[in-house]
Amino acid sequence: MSPHLIVLPVVLPLIAGVLLLRTRHGNPRNKRWLGVGATLALVVVSAMLVDRAAGGEIAYYALGDWQPPFGIVLVLDRLSALMVLLTSVLALGCVIFACGGDDEQGSNFHGLFQLQLMGINGAFLTGDLFNLFVFFEVLLLASYALLLHGGGRSRTQAAVHYVVLNLAGSSLFLIAVGTLYGATGTLNMADMAARIGELPAERSGLVTAGALLLLVVFGLKAAILPLYFWLPRAYAAAPAPVAALFAIMTKVGIYAILRVYSLIFGEQAGSLAALQQPWVWWLALATLAVATLGVLAARDLRLLVAYLVLVSVGTLLAGVGMGTVEATSSLLYYLVHSTLVTGGLFLLAEMIGLQRGKAGTRIVRGRPLTQGGALAMLFLAGAVAVAGLPPLSGAIGKALLLDAATPEQQPWLWPLLLISGLGAIIALSRAGSTLFWRSQKGERDGEPLPRQQWIGVTLLMATSPLLVALAGPVSDYTQAAAEQLANPDAMVRTLLSDAGDAS
Amino acid sequence: MESLYAITTGVLSACGLYLILRGRTFPVVVGLTLLSYAVNLFLFSMGGLTTHGAAIVDGKAAYADPLPQALVLTAIVIGFAMTAFAVILAMRARGDMGNDHVDGGRNRDDREENRR
Repeated sequence: MSPHLIVLPVVLPLIAGVLLLRTRHGNPRNKRWLGVGATLALVVVSAMLVDRAAGGEIAYYALGDWQPPFGIVLVLDRLSALMVLLTSVLALGCVIFACGGDDEQGSNFHGLFQLQLMGINGAFLTGDLFNLFVFFEVLLLASYALLLHGGGRSRTQAAVHYVVLNLAGSSLFLIAVGTLYGATGTLNMADMAARIGELPAERSGLVTAGALLLLVVFGLKAAILPLYFWLPRAYAAAPAPVAALFAIMTKVGIYAILRVYSLIFGEQAGSLAALQQPWVWWLALATLAVATLGVLAARDLRLLVAYLVLVSVGTLLAGVGMGTVEATSSLLYYLVHSTLVTGGLFLLAEMIGLQRGKAGTRIVRGRPLTQGGALAMLFLAGAVAVAGLPPLSGAIGKALLLDAATPEQQPWLWPLLLISGLGAIIALSRAGSTLFWRSQKGERDGEPLPRQQWIGVTLLMATSPLLVALAGPVSDYTQAAAEQLANPDAMVRTLLSDAGDAS
Repeated sequence: MESLYAITTGVLSACGLYLILRGRTFPVVVGLTLLSYAVNLFLFSMGGLTTHGAAIVDGKAAYADPLPQALVLTAIVIGFAMTAFAVILAMRARGDMGNDHVDGGRNRDDREENRR
């Protein structure tokens, strides 16, 4: 297999994005074919990467052949391969959905979409803290423009908050990276992991400050409790395919927390090991509680789904806070499920809104839906999956997480997670019965929805039963990924072997 | 020199933070700019401050750490792009919402207009 495969998830969307920028005023048909084709190719490439990583090999790609720790590296292990595959599958659903007409509401949708994919994939693959910042900026800048796609008052208003908050977050990110560089003298994560155990004691304060500042930044991206207030409005205002793609953005923050704190602040870090643990655990539980209240209080379907994203963030971060291999494995399974299903729900909410005329996605009485039956079945499937009811994938994910809790964690996690599921069931059944049953007597004059939208949404919803059918292999893979994550030594040895030979 | 440098960075970030917390978009954008200047200075100092150090490692003379300079360069480029975007967004928000408040029209005149 070609060694250049690792860099393809970054380069492929870049090339496609540039080509799409060149043809931005062209025929929408060509742009759609190019956008969907590039995303499809990305799915194939990332499936090959997962296949390669599944064997347990850690591979790295040194850009410009500058060997670590001096050059910039992309690192492929089981976790990053899984995240890239997840991104591309989600993106495929979104881009097909967008071809149903959302992409022509403004200019340049497909080009920006590809550039955002480049940023997300880069953030998952990079092995270098500063490049994590750069890829964060790439994905953020694309997301700013995508959030404004199509224009409108509510989007501008949400975008001002989103942009200002993220710019401030980027400044904090740079300060944190600078502090860690000043303390350890390296930016390569594996090198930092190797050096952090041997740091003189007087520097540990500096490293702690940098590490916790980094947690604030990642927490902002992941939307953990005191830093999540931007999320519901931004996600509810964004165009549907963009909001669905944003479902992965919070997971970028969670991935960064998992990666940085397991690799750099793992067991070898001595007194600095697991310094994030108490913060993440309690804040995650608080996020879970507050997000459940938000789900119950939401009066708009899109806002409801945005709060469901927050529930999944709380659940996932609780898994990070539990800090065991079993917890990490089950949270990865839940992560795949929740990203795809909440993404699909955003798309579905848009379709429901399109058929209800003026009522839109607000949960109030409205016209009967033209294609109500099919939409209701999809909504039922999505609701069952996201609330964590059997037989769909949410139930398995939650059961795995509940099972992974240690006896000390159980009194906190079990009631909160189960009550949040109950809250989701209440809110979703209320929303569903209002949207589909309590309709006024009136004409059904909504137009049938474009076929592309049905394909996109079905693709994402179908992953839930698929995840149940493949629960065995998927959870084996996540278990192996979690074990790999818990042993940072292997990565340090792989990345720094050449440097070790030279010295 | 070090204390002067530290004070400058600190004052810049304090002013930047203060301005970011204002309620109008123009001060917020200026605040973001000041904060990114402070961050750039901070990054630059992270390899240690050297006077008369060569910027290029030639093996003999005392040299300044090249990595923070590379980082600062990247950060400046990204910071400029982001600031430009924020300025355009602020102008667009002014046009779309009819005022320059970051929350968009939470002042009294606007509410009265809505009521009418």
